[in-house]
Amino acid sequence: MSQKIIEIDILRYRPEEDDQPFTQTFDVPYRADMSILEALQYIKDHLDSTISFRWSCRMAICGSCGLMINGVPKLGCKAFLRDYFPKRIILEPLANFPIERDLVVVMDDFIKKLEEIKPYIIPEKTESGDKKCLSEGTYKQTPEQMEKYRQFSMCINCGLCYSACPQYALDKKFIGPAALTLLARYNRDNRDAGSAQRMKIVNQEEGVWGCTFVGYCSVVCPKGVDPAAAIQLLKVESSKDYLIGMFKPE
Amino acid sequence: MSKRKPYTRELPKDWWMKQIFYTKYMLREGSSILITFYSLILAWGLLRLSQGEVAFNAWLEALHNPFAILLHLVALVFALYHTVTWFSLAPKAVDLWVKGKRLDDKVIVSGHYAAFIVVTVLCLLIITL
Repeated sequence: MSQKIIEIDILRYRPEEDDQPFTQTFDVPYRADMSILEALQYIKDHLDSTISFRWSCRMAICGSCGLMINGVPKLGCKAFLRDYFPKRIILEPLANFPIERDLVVVMDDFIKKLEEIKPYIIPEKTESGDKKCLSEGTYKQTPEQMEKYRQFSMCINCGLCYSACPQYALDKKFIGPAALTLLARYNRDNRDAGSAQRMKIVNQEEGVWGCTFVGYCSVVCPKGVDPAAAIQLLKVESSKDYLIGMFKPE
Repeated sequence: MSKRKPYTRELPKDWWMKQIFYTKYMLREGSSILITFYSLILAWGLLRLSQGEVAFNAWLEALHNPFAILLHLVALVFALYHTVTWFSLAPKAVDLWVKGKRLDDKVIVSGHYAAFIVVTVLCLLIITL
């Protein structure tokens, strides 16, 4: 039996040669158990060594291999040729991010936003104004308390949700799904005392109120984090914050 | 010297037509336009009611216009579509925990439908009795 072939279109962009991206088609031998990432590696090894793409773990943990597959943001390692064969596959760099080269995007804005939301446990201040000292003992957390934020802590920072978000596409100032989810993760952690600081970020127009609940972020998330839920819950918190602020100004 | 030259793709004007999920979202949000029309017609009816029986009957007569009927039917379809899609999203905005476990999505959605039915029946009773 002759080898089955699948056609893969890749949107290419080589900054030193091209003024704009163009499509290049590759014929890849089809195997049912071949992932999109493996197909890309096949192309790089056998067809065109100049092609660039990011990858590392091959098992949906590192979050490096995000790309648009037929217009849908997915992880290359978690999507398989069999789900598209015999139709052709169109691969493009993640939408809503500038293209660095071929399938590699510039994620600086996303990383900056992740840093902005204070993604670390802010300890409680003692009466004297100092941070709680390590000698005073560890923070305790019950499984129930952990369950409140566990789902939102599963994010692998792949950026698929930013590619799925039309609000981020229309306004790059919007803090966006993953960063707001990470914010929710820390605000919901009982060991953290930084909610008041983070609510200032949440309450902005660029915070949760930039979200119009499209909900596609939660559909494309490869880890079931549900950023849309995190943002809607933060909207509830933001509304409470506003109401309380009316009666009890700081 | 750096050879970096990041390329920014433009968002096409018809971005919401290219993905069925976005189209459904726009329909959900677009339902607000028809519901605005419906509310304006209703508000106009209230104004006519305040102007006396003749004015109100003229408003009722105007509603028999095929165009008015069509508009109300379309508004009803969109309102129902909004309701169904909104109810299915409701669990995302609800953070209810019972005995250390988050309340099941199905319970929240069914609760919304139950409330919807109760309010509808109450409204029908008020109108018909």
